[in-house]
Amino acid sequence: GINAEYGQAVIEPLTFAFVTKSRSALVREVFDRYHKYLRLHDFHQSLNVTLGKLEVVVKDPNEELLLETSENYTLSVTSESATLQADTVFGVIRGLETFSQLLNTYNYTLPSVHIEDYPRYKFRGFMLDTSRHYVSVSVLKLIIKAASWSKMNIFHWHIVDDPSFPYCSYTYPELCEKGAYSPDHVYSQTDVLDIIVFAYKHGVIVIPEMDTPGHTLSWGKALPGFLTYCPGHGNIGAPYGPVDPTNEEVYSVLRNLFAEVTNVFPAQFVHLGGDEVHYPCWKKNENITQWMAAHNMTGDYDALENYYEQRLLDIVNSLHKNYIVWEEVFYHHVKITPQTIVHAWKPNWKRIFQQATTAGYRCILSAGWYISRIYYGEDWQKFYQLDPRSFNDTATPDQLALVMGGTVCMWGEHIDNSNVVSRFWPRASAPAERLWSPEYITDVEFMEPRLEAHRCRMVMRGYPAEPMTLRGHCQHEYTWRRKHE
Amino acid sequence: GKQWYQRRVRGISPALFLSFADMLLLLLTTIVAVTAATGEDYGLGSFNILPVVPFPQEAEMYSTARRSLDPEVFRITPTPNIQEDKVIASSIARYEFYFSRFKPLPTSPDGTLTSLTLTVHSPSTPLSIGVDESYSLTISPSSPTASITAETRFGAVRGLETFYQLYNVTDGTFPSVNIKDYPRFAYRGFLIDTSRHFLPVESIFKVIQGLSMSKFNVLHWHIVDDPSFPYYSPSFPGLAEKGAYDMNHVYTISDVLRVTSYAEDHGILVVPEFDTPGHTLSWGKSLENFLTYCPGIGTFGGDYGPINPSIDANFGILQKLLAEVTSVFPGGWLHLGGDEVPFKCWQSNKELVAWMKQQGVKTFSDLESYYEEKLLDIVHGLNTSYVVWEEIFNNGLHIQPDTIIHVWKGKWNETMAKVVKAGYKTILSSPWYLNYITFGDDWVKYYEVEPYDIPGATPEELQLVIGGEACMWGEFVDATNILSRTFPRASAVAERLWSSQKVRDRKDMSFRLDKHRCGMCAREIPAESILHRGYCPYEFDGYDWH
Repeated sequence: GINAEYGQAVIEPLTFAFVTKSRSALVREVFDRYHKYLRLHDFHQSLNVTLGKLEVVVKDPNEELLLETSENYTLSVTSESATLQADTVFGVIRGLETFSQLLNTYNYTLPSVHIEDYPRYKFRGFMLDTSRHYVSVSVLKLIIKAASWSKMNIFHWHIVDDPSFPYCSYTYPELCEKGAYSPDHVYSQTDVLDIIVFAYKHGVIVIPEMDTPGHTLSWGKALPGFLTYCPGHGNIGAPYGPVDPTNEEVYSVLRNLFAEVTNVFPAQFVHLGGDEVHYPCWKKNENITQWMAAHNMTGDYDALENYYEQRLLDIVNSLHKNYIVWEEVFYHHVKITPQTIVHAWKPNWKRIFQQATTAGYRCILSAGWYISRIYYGEDWQKFYQLDPRSFNDTATPDQLALVMGGTVCMWGEHIDNSNVVSRFWPRASAPAERLWSPEYITDVEFMEPRLEAHRCRMVMRGYPAEPMTLRGHCQHEYTWRRKHE
Repeated sequence: GKQWYQRRVRGISPALFLSFADMLLLLLTTIVAVTAATGEDYGLGSFNILPVVPFPQEAEMYSTARRSLDPEVFRITPTPNIQEDKVIASSIARYEFYFSRFKPLPTSPDGTLTSLTLTVHSPSTPLSIGVDESYSLTISPSSPTASITAETRFGAVRGLETFYQLYNVTDGTFPSVNIKDYPRFAYRGFLIDTSRHFLPVESIFKVIQGLSMSKFNVLHWHIVDDPSFPYYSPSFPGLAEKGAYDMNHVYTISDVLRVTSYAEDHGILVVPEFDTPGHTLSWGKSLENFLTYCPGIGTFGGDYGPINPSIDANFGILQKLLAEVTSVFPGGWLHLGGDEVPFKCWQSNKELVAWMKQQGVKTFSDLESYYEEKLLDIVHGLNTSYVVWEEIFNNGLHIQPDTIIHVWKGKWNETMAKVVKAGYKTILSSPWYLNYITFGDDWVKYYEVEPYDIPGATPEELQLVIGGEACMWGEFVDATNILSRTFPRASAVAERLWSSQKVRDRKDMSFRLDKHRCGMCAREIPAESILHRGYCPYEFDGYDWH
């Protein structure tokens, strides 16, 4: 809760200090970041400074970032003193963001407040597709950083798909050599580590998605026999369809690749995809038909898909990683471990949530949060009004507890470096509030001015976050770098 | 090596002399052939031998030879009569800079291009709407020197852009071509609205760069409107001091001149709009008795509506302001607005109604007519061409024969039929409100518009259609997103306005348009993708953040 009191604090951005007894280098790096934000404003007024520092207390020196890691913080500001207490450095990151948002950038005042804050949902994700169009490492960082300003904590990296394979594997280097658009459109191991570390420093966990057995066209360029051959029935005009589940070599590739991916990405989870597997290609392939007959599966392509998924899950289980799967894997009744998170993306998500939570599985929501779809006007409102726990009025507390949160999705058909930042922000901040704030904070009229202020703050920090209102302005407008004059 | 990602280049028969229609046919055949040859591309994109937007009027291919550019020695050399010219010098600097940024690539066996000569016959012709923008461009297989010849400097600017677009950035070569090109329509405009959201001058510069890449020639600057008045008038400083969002959101005269000069260097004329008598809420903050008082039923539900025509002093203000505006903005064009005048505010004002009775002004249409006639009298004294929104025509106001009618509402075909029948020149915007975004490939519907689709119009009447204009109104748009929302969607409109009426193959355009936007990204204009997957050899890389 927030208790505002009379009497504001006035600070002087140049000399204001964050102080702590913590010995953590990460805490200091976060201080440095927020110092920069405080200093972005020009000020020409004389200030009667009342507040010189923010005292920061970190209770737990453990800096491992997990889904369960505490992000709680307590922030107290009066005209003369300010303290931020958090269980972990990640609570400090959340609390400093709040502190920076409290600053009135016209007069350098902060209100006297006492804030106790913590997330409502543990899983507050944003997904980006870097296969249909490539997004540069520097732009990925922009998005991650802006996500941390909205207190999101999961970057679901849909890194490969049909059109291109930009992830450069050390086990199978030819996957990106042949599957990426060009040698300039790849994520090297260095790039991937750079992203993981950058995200970590912003309290964001990177969960990679290696989507199979559909959406794998780009894999096939480097792996002969990996995909099902079916001229005329393949993906996007190619003669190939999904992974060929009857080829034993496929499973050794998957074992090696997932062993690598689960090493490279420290997250507890890997996303296994599993969506939109089209059967016509499998149906057209003679070898598959014969194999199915030999395995008593004739005509039962659900069974074939399940066979594949089960083999894949066995591999990932042996790597001791938990996994997230798109909803299809759940409703096709593949045997999934109790730790699995079911990721709903289709319009009937409420039914999926009902069934999955009844069966004891955790769920996350993306249906309704496809922000790559654009609409004229204030489309953030409908993103804002969606609540993942609203799937069933009679859901039990145990069921509700299994709803971990959700992920806003930016699919890559129409985005790349040129427009992804302005399309993401501040629209994604609306679901971000839904996922963090208390259930009863739902009023769009209460949100609108805060969202506009939030986007202007992003603009001040140098991000092209687009306007959400019919008319208006920011204190400092976005300016483009000028090289061409 | 790196060869695995390079697009295969397919040759065509030498010495082909083609009309644009044959050219298109050839392009399509080439696309098919190349897609077949590069099966692993999965339809991602196609090699296109003339990836130019807008597509040129006439092109002939000399041969399959492709000379490469040598960025270290390459120079653009103007004839002596234009060496000192600002438009030419700045354009040469610009294009030499763009070429200098491309990575060096291996030399083509067909030889290199070491220079491009620019010849302009009439170097002193000023920029105007209707100025000769034609040019011819020759890249010969037998010469290391390419050439552009144009009647005016602005034709040369158009030719330079075509030359840039002919460069294949992945293999570093140019095709051997002879292009003769000229616009179909004289007026090819783009509207920006700096009242609803302010655009810093740098962002207007970026818009101008992108417009000139698509051979637009008019920037319609809807500079003031209800929400804010950013134009900082020396005659009426209070207009901006009270009517702008704040004094960091204004255009000084110096800002305006920077914009008009920068636009001129890109062959673009700036047409300012001072929209009256509606859309003037921001004016009223500093001008007493200027707006009609109508508590609770005014603009945005407030207390003030349109300009009050019953007060003579208001016309004195307009006279002084518009005289200033026409002297600040070069080019001699002015947009007078005149759209969406609501009558209910006027109706509710008893003093105004009494005045009407006294003056014998019977209806509110007559009142609007009274206002516009007085305004046009003022403008006639200013020696400027002027444009008005279609309501002025639709409402049957008495207007001079040289008025240009700007059509923006629905059923534009019928409206334009009436406008040209009445003998007025006209500009089309109705189908080209680019601020109305929709998910997916909405550029197609902009592209498929045909401005001559006017029922019953005679060839003489069609001549009165002087062009069209894409509009980016300022609701939900500011410096953060205007570029990616405008480009390359506006380029689809640009091709409709520049290229031959017969150039309309949507599939071919989708590949050219995607390539066009990649050319923009290479020049740090964040133009969004057209194809649903793919990449640019030079991705947009122009964010500058803290």
